[in-house]
Amino acid sequence: MANRIQFENNCEIGVFSKLTNAYCLVAIGGSENFYSVFESELADVIPVVKTSIGGTRIIGRLCVGNKNGLLLPHTTTDQELQHLRNCLPDQVVVQRIDERLSALGNCIACNDHVALTHPDLDKATEELIADVLGVEVFRQTIAGNILVGSYCAFSNRGGLVHPHTSIEDLDELSTLLQVPLVAGTVNRGSEVIAAGMTVNDWTAFCGSDTTATELSVIESVFKLRESQPAAIVDDMRKSLIDSYV
Amino acid sequence: MLPGSAAPAAGSGMFVPTQTVGTVLCCICGVSMQPNPANMCARCLRARVDITEGVPRHAAVVYCPDCASYLQPPRSWLRAGPESPELMQILLRRLNRPLARLRISLSGAEFVFSEPHSKRLRLKLRLRREVLHGVVIEQTHPVEFTVHDRLCDACARAQSNPDQWVAVVQLRQHVPHRRTFLYLEQLFLKHGQASLALRVASAPGGLDFFFSSRSHAARLVDFLTTVAPIRTQTAKQLVSHNTKSSVYNYKHTFSVEICPICREDLIALSPQVSRDLGGLGPLVLCIKVTNAIALLDPLTLRVHHLEEKKYRAYNFKAALTSKQLVEYIVLDIEHESPEITVDGSRYQLAYAQVARASDFGKNDTMFTVRTHLGHLLNPGDLALGYDLYGANLNDDDMDTAMMRHSLPEVILVKKSYEKRPRTRRWKLKRLPVEEDGANKAKGEEEKRADEYEEFLRDLERNSEMRFQIDLYKDEDYRSEMASTIGDDVPSVPIEELIDDLSLGDDDEDEGEDANAHAGMVA
Repeated sequence: MANRIQFENNCEIGVFSKLTNAYCLVAIGGSENFYSVFESELADVIPVVKTSIGGTRIIGRLCVGNKNGLLLPHTTTDQELQHLRNCLPDQVVVQRIDERLSALGNCIACNDHVALTHPDLDKATEELIADVLGVEVFRQTIAGNILVGSYCAFSNRGGLVHPHTSIEDLDELSTLLQVPLVAGTVNRGSEVIAAGMTVNDWTAFCGSDTTATELSVIESVFKLRESQPAAIVDDMRKSLIDSYV
Repeated sequence: MLPGSAAPAAGSGMFVPTQTVGTVLCCICGVSMQPNPANMCARCLRARVDITEGVPRHAAVVYCPDCASYLQPPRSWLRAGPESPELMQILLRRLNRPLARLRISLSGAEFVFSEPHSKRLRLKLRLRREVLHGVVIEQTHPVEFTVHDRLCDACARAQSNPDQWVAVVQLRQHVPHRRTFLYLEQLFLKHGQASLALRVASAPGGLDFFFSSRSHAARLVDFLTTVAPIRTQTAKQLVSHNTKSSVYNYKHTFSVEICPICREDLIALSPQVSRDLGGLGPLVLCIKVTNAIALLDPLTLRVHHLEEKKYRAYNFKAALTSKQLVEYIVLDIEHESPEITVDGSRYQLAYAQVARASDFGKNDTMFTVRTHLGHLLNPGDLALGYDLYGANLNDDDMDTAMMRHSLPEVILVKKSYEKRPRTRRWKLKRLPVEEDGANKAKGEEEKRADEYEEFLRDLERNSEMRFQIDLYKDEDYRSEMASTIGDDVPSVPIEELIDDLSLGDDDEDEGEDANAHAGMVA
């Protein structure tokens, strides 16, 4: 089910966190609220790691990963690299890559099987991605935007793309990714999907501005409702209540 | 790439697949819609976003009831009719600043009817503004203006002191007759130059025009420079001054003096002037006065135009004026040369044998003279001319001329027709001139009436002069005299007359003139 949270009063969750099927990275905030939400959801299942990349908190947009590996930009310091290697499970390969486009999270979107990349990415990087993450790499654009990592978010079960994507593009991407895709918005009409939410196979976290409609779309396309049928009533209540007065 | 979804190339050679825009759900209400920059359906947008927040709903505007004008702060008053585009402009200018500050643009405005006595003006504006990620929304917004009455500065000043004038044009001509002023009066009427004058007063030797602003007076003076040879002097008198704002109020006076040479004046040129003008004979006739004086030498048929400035250098006076014209009877005409056209008028040199009308029948005094009116005169006609034989002149130049050249005894000036008091089918309008009661001499009224009659007769004769002014049809004209009028008496053809439309208001007239009164001296 999808949760609505804020990072220090900002609704752009996907900027400050990275959620995969094997681990979760969270930025270091002033208070522990952000971290505690993730922990309450995921603590038993996957490790939730507090980190920074290159001294910044925008970790969601700088790194990219799936259950097989994690790719970090060249701005990552050695201490951070070591910290991540220590905290993450052993089967996750943590690799720092040298790439001119260092905001990897904006340039690459991936799940456990397929990755979409920025059309201008280096060939070497592409090979590394295929190697480390164990995915098939496709160079694509979404609704004419080259920053595929920002404008779409997909998991192994479904995906959400930029609202202006045409039907032909949607079909094409869907065929490539082999998951159902839908065009929609997050955070009350924001088009930057991946910055506004973060998702894995059984949970999703959205910014608190997300309306009930958007939340229902997210839950339906990522098939989150079926994941925990026992709590379905609670889920629907959460998504039906728009805001707490 | 799904099969069948690609469209054939449009001739560019490049493969361009069709792009069908998909639908998304409105993030607020969940209705399926085409994606837009806000990703909200139009109803949600309009419901949630009010772009007219902060736009004023009431404003005030100041109106002067006397001159029906509206105040444009800080100081200008603009005339605008009710619900006119000028009024719309004034009202919208009041709203410009707040709209610009809120970054709202105006895409349309229209008036909503309100009773004129309600002192409210209502506008319906259509505002456009960009909200939320670049969506532009349009919304209507009513604005109500309260009209406050206040007299504008000009009306206030006029009301407190209606006779207060700021500039005066004193028009003078130092000649004993008033022909020039009669003609100028008609010119003013035709060109509407005296419409701005507060009042017109007659003074000894001329007219005074009073104006409420210096620029109006200057406009009249500029007009006069083009129609008459004048010399202007200006003076100003300080009335009051505001020490704080350094604003000085003056009364301006324009002294305009018209050259004393009139039409049909006989002038004797001094030898120096005669030489300067290229050997123009010592006796010249003035035939036309516009902004330059036209001098005709009747014996050589040469015309010279003398400008005002040059005239001031010589400053000669007329030896004989039209008051001193004497009637002659033409006994015989002998044409000397063919008819020629000089400066737009026809002349013909001829030898004429004339006798004074007073001498005719009594004695045998006859004069054989050269005249320029050969084309007009026939034996038996009456002509008017200057009697140099019998005149007693007090003119140095004339004495010099008499000594050096042999002057003719008579200079014929114009043909005369039988004096017959008859009704005319046309009439003229008059300027409302205040008469100066204190300065009236005895018998002046009669003199004025005579001069006016003479002026009207002149108009009949002279088509060029008629061209410059407006003549109106007289409805009261009875044409019973038609049969008795001689063939050669000039009269005004009916095509030149304007139909005088009287709506009970004397100042209104609508022209239906066939004659193009386009030859304005402007």
